Amino acid sequence: MEKILEVKDLELSFHTFAGEVKAIRGVNFDLIKGETLAIVGESGSGKSVTTKSIMRLLPEHSSEFKNGHILFNGKDLTKLTDKEMQKIRGKDISMIFQDPMTSLNPTMTIGKQIMEPILKHRNVSKSVAHKEAVDLLRLVGMPKPEARMKQYPHQFSGGQRQRIVIAIALACNPQILIADEPTTALDVTIQAQILELMKDLQKKINTSIIFITHDLGVVANVADRVAVMYGGKIVEIGTVDEIFYNPQHPYTWGLLSSMPSLDTADEKLYAIPGTPPDLLSPPKGDAFALRSDYALKIDLEETPPFFKVSDTHYAATWLLHPDAPQVDPPLAIMERMKKYPGSRYYEGTEGGTY
Amino acid sequence: MTKYIIRRIVYMFITLFLIASATFFLMKALPGSPISSASKLPPSQLAVVEAKYGLDQPVPVQYAKYMLNLAKGDLGNSFQFKNASVTDLIMNRLGPSVLIGSQGLILGVAIGILLGMIAALRQNTIWDYGSTLIAIIGISIPSFVFATLLQYWLGVKWGLLPVALWKDGWMSSILPSIALAMGPLATASRFIRTEMIEVISSDYITLAKSKGASGFEIAFKHAFRNALIPLITVLGPLAAGLLTGSLVIEQIFAIPGIGEQFVKAIVSNDFSIIMGTTIFYSVFLIVIIFVVDVLYGIVDPRIRLSGGSK
Repeated sequence: MEKILEVKDLELSFHTFAGEVKAIRGVNFDLIKGETLAIVGESGSGKSVTTKSIMRLLPEHSSEFKNGHILFNGKDLTKLTDKEMQKIRGKDISMIFQDPMTSLNPTMTIGKQIMEPILKHRNVSKSVAHKEAVDLLRLVGMPKPEARMKQYPHQFSGGQRQRIVIAIALACNPQILIADEPTTALDVTIQAQILELMKDLQKKINTSIIFITHDLGVVANVADRVAVMYGGKIVEIGTVDEIFYNPQHPYTWGLLSSMPSLDTADEKLYAIPGTPPDLLSPPKGDAFALRSDYALKIDLEETPPFFKVSDTHYAATWLLHPDAPQVDPPLAIMERMKKYPGSRYYEGTEGGTY
Repeated sequence: MTKYIIRRIVYMFITLFLIASATFFLMKALPGSPISSASKLPPSQLAVVEAKYGLDQPVPVQYAKYMLNLAKGDLGNSFQFKNASVTDLIMNRLGPSVLIGSQGLILGVAIGILLGMIAALRQNTIWDYGSTLIAIIGISIPSFVFATLLQYWLGVKWGLLPVALWKDGWMSSILPSIALAMGPLATASRFIRTEMIEVISSDYITLAKSKGASGFEIAFKHAFRNALIPLITVLGPLAAGLLTGSLVIEQIFAIPGIGEQFVKAIVSNDFSIIMGTTIFYSVFLIVIIFVVDVLYGIVDPRIRLSGGSK
């Protein structure tokens, strides 16, 4: 259980013409060596901003770290100079982006683009870098890698381009790989291939992955742990089973209920009412309270702290407070919880412990 | 690629034929003739002169003759310069025009690209505003105003460079080149700034950053080539414009270039020089546009021309 990355009380704001947008409002999580942590949440919840701030890829003139640390191998990434950060990017931490159609340089051969981080971070000759780039292309499953080195991005399909982006990200065997919705722009069959590839490669090079997505199906497929973000905060974090089968936060309930399922017979797909909070002036208390059917009075007054559900499972909702009234989650969620030994609705016989 | 180039060359000749025809009939539609201004001659002698130059024949016949000669590469003889051949006249005058034109273009585009890059990389800082100011000045103040200012300060007041005329070799070309450079400088800097800002915010630049590339590498290795594409589009007309645009500058600096000759030819109704120079400019423009199209393919692999190698 070696921690490779610790994000502590991270707060980050954007300065816009309208005022200060508090995009991240106190985010805490650890990344353990070799695990895949999925960050889920709707658009604007701060998923991408969190990971981009780890890479320090946000525009420097408009974004500002207000508080907190990002500790990577003991170094605080928020305090490094640009030069020091350049040595970490692409070598220790690398990133895969959402849209493979636009994330490769159209006027550079893909060979050059794959060789760039190798030449940049490792003291090797051009011919060695070339050989390694070919190996990387083979590793990500590109046929005829030698010949394709000289080609340009427009000569590849979307799935192939994402494979190239993955090859670039893996060029220096990074300790952390951040995947920012890597399959969102791909069609479903290619999506499955890319996910398989990522899982495969993770086993081979034992890297930790932060996987951002809003596709819960993908989360169930790849993640070890899941962090649910809402309104610039993590509202619930736990192992993938805990989040899927014993969710505690009303927002997680909403997310899971709005996922189409083959189990439930409901004709109409649930949608969370309302709109995400305006982070120019974030709401008091629980940011989700105004959209929640389960909000308590205190949710509008005070921000809930994290309550411990298990050693790995925490949720920030007042519903877990000992004095809170007993509330039953939506039916579909209860159905899920019935299958999970650790939950209060468990109906199985395998004993209460999990 | 070869197939494409051959097809393009055929098109170029067709274009040229149309331009030559249009110019010819436009010229004929104008009132007056080369000899009408000097017509103190009695009508009988005027008729002799007209017959000598074939001006008495019907227009279609004159047209056919001209086009036949043109096909042979003969642009005819000048009316005003003692029957000198138009080709020779243009060639003699070409040197200074091409020199100041190309110097102006290279200087303007090089400084323009530099200013544009600085403005984009230091967006919304004093550098950006300074570069914008220079561009606005370059676009809004006509080149002849610059020319006179340069002549006054650098030539007359400080005596650093020759004020005018084509007597001191290359030194004489400096001031007119600077005056000519202001236009392309402004255009290039604005184009590069706008395009660089867009390119820099694109996904592949973020990816380059995430690989650990430095600011310099990102600007020059990744962004610059992509930002060049729209500039190439305007570069062709800009280059042609410089050669024609130097009409005024050549007059101001009393440079014996094509532009100056062209202006004089128009004043004296010298058909063959006007025709010849127009055709020359057209050839120049057509060739430049062709070169630009080929350049696209070199800068941007997505526009590798059709019928090419795979």
